[in-house]
Amino acid sequence: MVATRRMVLFGGLGAAGALVVGYALWPNGRIARLDKLDAKPGEKFVANWIKIGQDDTVTIVVPHCDMGTGIYTALSQMAAEELDADWSKVRAEAAPADTDFANGAMIEGFALNGMQVPAMLKGLAANTFRFVAAEITIPGAGYAPQITGGSAAVRFTGVNAMRVAGAATREMLVKAAAARWDVPASECTTAHNKVLHTASGRSLGYGALAGDAASYSPSSNPPLKPKSQYTLVGKSIPRVDIPQKVNGTTDYGLDTKLPGMMYAAVRISPVFGGKLKAVSIGDVANRRGVHKIVKLDDAIIVVADRFWRARDGAATLHPVFDNASNGTVTSADITATRVRALNGDGLKSDLKTGSGEDALSQGKLVEATYHVPYLAHAAMEPVNATALYRADGTLEVWAGSQDGLSARNYCAEVAGLSLDKVTFHLRPLGGAFGRRLPGHYNFLEYAVKTAMAVPGTPVKLIFTREDDVQHDYYRPNVMSRFRAALDTKGMPVAWVNDYAGDEGANPEAHIVYGIPNQAIRAMQVKTHVPTGPWRSVEASWHGFFIESFVDELAHAAKADPVAYRLALLKDAPRHRAVLKTAAARAGWGQPLAPGKARGVAIFESFQTIVAHVVEITVSPDGTVKVDRVVSAVDCGNAVNPDGLKAQIEGGIIYGLSAALYGTITIDKGAVVQANFPDYEVIRIADCPQIDITIVESDAPLGGAGEPGVPPIAPAVVNAIFAATGRRIRELPVRLSNLSSSKKAASL
Amino acid sequence: MTIRLKVNGVEHELDVEPDAPLLWVIRDDIGLTGTKFGCGIAQCGACTVHVNGEAQRSCVTPVSSVEGMEITTIEGLGANGLTPVQQAWIEHQVPQCGYCQSGMIMAVSALLKANPHPTDDDLANAITNICRCGTYPRIRAAVRDLAKA
Ligand code: FES
Ligand code: FES
Repeated sequence: MVATRRMVLFGGLGAAGALVVGYALWPNGRIARLDKLDAKPGEKFVANWIKIGQDDTVTIVVPHCDMGTGIYTALSQMAAEELDADWSKVRAEAAPADTDFANGAMIEGFALNGMQVPAMLKGLAANTFRFVAAEITIPGAGYAPQITGGSAAVRFTGVNAMRVAGAATREMLVKAAAARWDVPASECTTAHNKVLHTASGRSLGYGALAGDAASYSPSSNPPLKPKSQYTLVGKSIPRVDIPQKVNGTTDYGLDTKLPGMMYAAVRISPVFGGKLKAVSIGDVANRRGVHKIVKLDDAIIVVADRFWRARDGAATLHPVFDNASNGTVTSADITATRVRALNGDGLKSDLKTGSGEDALSQGKLVEATYHVPYLAHAAMEPVNATALYRADGTLEVWAGSQDGLSARNYCAEVAGLSLDKVTFHLRPLGGAFGRRLPGHYNFLEYAVKTAMAVPGTPVKLIFTREDDVQHDYYRPNVMSRFRAALDTKGMPVAWVNDYAGDEGANPEAHIVYGIPNQAIRAMQVKTHVPTGPWRSVEASWHGFFIESFVDELAHAAKADPVAYRLALLKDAPRHRAVLKTAAARAGWGQPLAPGKARGVAIFESFQTIVAHVVEITVSPDGTVKVDRVVSAVDCGNAVNPDGLKAQIEGGIIYGLSAALYGTITIDKGAVVQANFPDYEVIRIADCPQIDITIVESDAPLGGAGEPGVPPIAPAVVNAIFAATGRRIRELPVRLSNLSSSKKAASL
Repeated sequence: MTIRLKVNGVEHELDVEPDAPLLWVIRDDIGLTGTKFGCGIAQCGACTVHVNGEAQRSCVTPVSSVEGMEITTIEGLGANGLTPVQQAWIEHQVPQCGYCQSGMIMAVSALLKANPHPTDDDLANAITNICRCGTYPRIRAAVRDLAKA
C-alpha cells in the first residue's frame, strides 16, 4: 500500500494577510478555505494544525476525537515543543469534520512504515472516497481521514504532522523577526512564544509576527529539536481536558441540547439482519409525550418529548421481526464452525519459514487449542446521536465518533444528501474502544433516519445500555490451534499455528520468538454477528493465544517462563529489556504466600512492547483475585509519561474485565447479555494494584491506548496455571471451575 | 401532576409523572447534564446524585420519592469552587474519557462525608461505580490522599 501522492508542506499569504503553513496536496485556495471554516475573529491559521491568535494564543487543531486517551495534550505538547510555544498559551481543539482537516499524516504514517492499512480503515462510505480521491488514494483501501484508532494519533499525527508543522512555523516566525530587526536569522532564538535577539535585547511575540511571516515559504524539512533540548515532550504535563471532566461540564454527545429537541428510543431486530414484519402499536401513540412512531427496515423507533417516555413507549411495543434465517443460531453452532474450519482444508497459508509444518517431526510434540468469545465494547456512554433535518434539505448531526469526517460522510449517504448539505459536530466521547470507528455507525443511521421522519425537529436518539450491548460490532470470536516440536533441550524447533474466526489472517499472529521452522494458516469464518475493532483489535486475541502457548512450552520444557522467553528473544533486545524490567520489579522467582502465584506475558502491538507480571490469589472455592500487576512498557520515548501510564492502566483493566468476565453469547440468533449484571466488568473492589515502569529506547514512537491490553489475559491464565496446575484455554476465566483443581482444593 | 424538586438549592415545579426517573428529569427537564446515564438499572453509578447528602442512583429514583428533599448534582457540588475531591481528581489526573467521573465524584464525596478516613477496603465496599476507562488505581490513590487529610 503506497500513497500515490505525498502531503507537502506549504505556506503563503492567507485571507486577511495571515501567515498560513500547512500540509496539503492542493495548496491553491486551501488557505482561505481553512480560515473561512475555522478561524474565529482575530485568529489566523498558521498551520493546518496550528492557529495563532492576535493575543498570542496558540491553538492546536487536532484532527482526532477526544475519547479519553489524552491525545489533545500529547499532540499539543509535540507541536508546542517544536514551536517553542509558551505552554500557558496553548489550547487544543477538535478539527472541524471537513476534508481540509483530513489527517493525511496518519495514512502516510501507515504507508511510510510499510504497514498494511489496517482493516478498520477500509470499507468506508463511497462518498468519502470520491471526495478525497484526488488527495490521497490508497489503492484498494477506503479512507478515514480523521480516524482515532490504531493507537496512532501520537505516533503518526504527532510525529509526521504536529512536530513538523510546529518546527516550520517557528522557522518562519524567526525569519519575520530577523527581517524586521535587519539581523541574520541565525542570531535569533525562540522561547515562550517569542522570537529573541539576545545581542540587542529585543524580542517580539508570535502573535505580532504571524502576519509578516506569511511572506516566507516553510522549508519542507524544518530541523527538529534534538531530544536533549526538549522542555515539554517527555514531561507529565497535566491533561488539558481534565478540569472540565471533574465538574461535569464536558459536553458529550449525550449532553447535546437544542431548542425544541425530541428524544428517540429504538427497538432493533434482536437477531442481526432481521427485518420488521409487523408491529402492534397499541396505545403507545396516545401515551403522554409520544410524538411519532417511525418504522424502519430493521427497527421501530418512538419519538417523544422526553427520553424516558420514548423508552417506555418503545418497551411497550410488540414488533415482530423476520429473522433472516438466523433465528436459531447459538454460540455452540458458532464454535462448531471454528472447529470445522481448523479440521477442514480451507485454511490458507499466511506464513511459512524453514520447513514449516514438516519440522514437527523433529522433536517432542506439544499441542493446544484456545478460544476467545465475542465481546461488546460497553463504553460508559451508550452510543447516541442528535440529528436535525431541515425542510431546506440540510442535515446537522451532533455525536461522538472516532472519525468526524467519515461520520459526516456516512450521515450524508444515509440521508441521500451531498456532503455540503451535511454538518457534523464532533462531541467528546464517553469512551469508545473501537465501537465508534467508521463502519460501525448504526446509531448514526437510526438518528438520521428518525430526524428525516420529523423534519424541522431535532431528535436525540439514545441507545439504552441494553441496545448498546445487544447491537454492538463485537470483538471477533476466534479459535486458534498450536502445535510445536521441542528439541532435547526443550526449545521449539517448529511452530505451527492454525486459527479461524470472523477475520482472516492477521500479522499479529506472527511471533517475535526465534523459532527456525514456522507455519501459520488462517481461515475466515463469518457468522451473522457483526464484528469490529475492539481495543487492541487482533492483538487482543493473538496476544492471548501466543503468550499462553509459549507458557505451555516453557512448562513442557520444565523451564522458568521468564528465562524460557528470554532464551527465545535473543535477537529482540527491546523485548528482553522490557521483560527483564517487569520480572525484576515484580520479584519474579521470589517465594509467595500459599495460594498466590505469578504469571507473565509479553506482547508487542502498535509498535509498543508491554510485559505484565501478575500476582493472583486463587481461593479454595476457585475464585481468582488479581492482586497486583507489574508492567514494563517500551514505546520509544514517552511524550507524556503519566499519560502513557494512565493508558497502560486503562488497558490492563479493560483487558482484565474481558479476561475474567467478558463474553457475548448468542442464543436464537440474538445476544444473550444485556447490561452490566450479565456483562460484568472490573470495579474498584477487584482492581489490582498496578505498578508501571517505562523503559525508554530510541525506537520509533509506539502507541499507548491499546498495547496494555494483549498481554494481560495470558499473564492471568499463566498465573492460574502456576497456582493450580489448571490450564485455561477458553476465555473468560470465570467459566472455568477452578475449585475442583487439586492444588486449589488443598489450599 | 406537579412535582416539586429542590436541586442545588433551586426549587423547580415540574409537570411530570410521579414515577419519572430523577436522572432524566434532572437532565432533560431541568437541563443539568453533568449527571450521566450509563445503565439505567442502578448498576454503574454514572447517575449518582446526593439526596439529603447521601449518594443515590438517580436512574432508578422516581421523582415523587425525593420531593422536598435536598438534591445535589455535580453542578451543585463545586458551585463555590472545586471541592477537595475534585482537586484531588486533578492532582491525580484521574479522568480519562471522564464520563463516569461525575458519578464517581458524587459517590466518593458522600463516602468521605460519612467516613472521612476510609481504608482501601472501605472504598472498595462503598464505591461500586463502573469506570470503563479503568481509572480505579488513580481513584484509589486520590482517596488515600483525601483520607489522610
Ligand atoms: S445509570 Fe444509574 S446506575 Fe447506571
Ligand atoms: S473515565 Fe471513562 S468511564 Fe471512567
